[in-house]
Amino acid sequence: MTIFNFDAFVNYLFNSFLLGGVGVTIGLTVAAVIGGLCLGMIIALMRMSGKPLLAFPARFYIWFFRGTPLLIQLVVIYAGLPLFGVKLSVLQSALLGLILNEASYMAEIVRTGFLAVPKGQTEAGWSLNLSRRTIFWRVTLPQAFRLMVPPLGNSINGLLKATSLASVISVEEIMRRSDLLMQEQFQVLEVYAAATIYYLILTSLWDLVQARLERRFGRSVNATTASTTSLSFLRR
Amino acid sequence: MTNSTVPAVKLAGVMKRFGNFAALSDVNLDIAAGEKVVICGPSGSGKSTLIRCINHIEQHDGGEISVNGIRLDRSAASVAKVRSVTGMVFQNFNLFPHMTVLENCTLAPRSTLKLSRAKAEAQAMELLSKVRIGDQARKYPGQLSGGQQQRAAIARSLCMQPKIMLFDEPTSALDPEMVKEVLETMKALAGEGMTMICVTHEMGFAREVADRVVFMDRGSIMEQGRPDAFFSNPHTDRARQFLSQIIH
Repeated sequence: MTIFNFDAFVNYLFNSFLLGGVGVTIGLTVAAVIGGLCLGMIIALMRMSGKPLLAFPARFYIWFFRGTPLLIQLVVIYAGLPLFGVKLSVLQSALLGLILNEASYMAEIVRTGFLAVPKGQTEAGWSLNLSRRTIFWRVTLPQAFRLMVPPLGNSINGLLKATSLASVISVEEIMRRSDLLMQEQFQVLEVYAAATIYYLILTSLWDLVQARLERRFGRSVNATTASTTSLSFLRR
Repeated sequence: MTNSTVPAVKLAGVMKRFGNFAALSDVNLDIAAGEKVVICGPSGSGKSTLIRCINHIEQHDGGEISVNGIRLDRSAASVAKVRSVTGMVFQNFNLFPHMTVLENCTLAPRSTLKLSRAKAEAQAMELLSKVRIGDQARKYPGQLSGGQQQRAAIARSLCMQPKIMLFDEPTSALDPEMVKEVLETMKALAGEGMTMICVTHEMGFAREVADRVVFMDRGSIMEQGRPDAFFSNPHTDRARQFLSQIIH
């Protein structure tokens, strides 16, 4: 065996089977972000509602899903739910697990964002006779969202890589397909180096999206707030 | 309900507590339509709480508050009615920082009054010009000076065509050189017959504009009267002490 077969590495880099896994990873991430954000928003609003009947289940949810490993959650959903008559496909199980898990983190990010919007903003809305709905959608949410972008970016970056755990229940994303290719020729380093490159490309692309989002929602704020993504060093 | 015999604001036995602290105890105050009232008093005396109860930003715990004949009975409908005739200007402006000045001024007319965009913008531009910041309409609040921001906030309130304007220490957060421009705007508004209730320490403004000065201490109205009488001959020791501290 040679030390590192560069040609094999390049072959894996352009391997269509592995590229297909990239699509699955992106799909899982995007779906989990959207689902997690929606569910997380609801849980955050429940927790901030001031009504114990809503706040307590929200706290419990966050405590449970942030307090247990995603790996266990995925396995329990895939192997455990059928015992209760709920049979989900591998992909459905992975998606459900990722959404449930991500929502617990998103809920805390959403909550932090809303808490950081000054009370005077809501009071101004009241004084202008705005409806509760308008105050939420037009006044507090946009301001909270600007504050949520950097931590959300962090969470989404983590999620991109956490999708690799779905390989354990045999979802064919980047990691699982790397495993399968590796077992053909046992070129461990070459395959995983290719997978590494894919993950780096994906997280870098996300960094660019995040920087755009920060600029878009920070328009009104003085240009003193520097971009916080890890790629910002490239623009200097 | 717009006939002149209905007081603009009527407070009867109003109470407000924050935990064990009585912020307002048995406050009685009638303000006529068109009247300009300045409320002053030491910090923590309940001035801001009083003015914030009028448009239900704070909920009073006892007594009765009527605004333009509408009794605040905690129902959403009464709160909305009262807020539709009152405007409020805050110490810290509370402009919406993510919207341009023009958007700040058109949000409520468009979403609450269902004005068309064109109408709302025309009205906003007119009022922004009136407070002399028409040229700042497309800027964000963060790009304006404090005085400009407060004038924008006044214009934003006026866009909802209130009958009563509530000012909660409108110049306290401003640099000294910007106080004048805001006070000038308020004087112009007073000249148009607007009912104004103003918590302020600007005694010059009180002398010039107010019909009545209300002095508060420890959650109660200690005394009230015409500004010249109040400033030259306060009845209570507390008022004398207060005036000696703020007039240099």
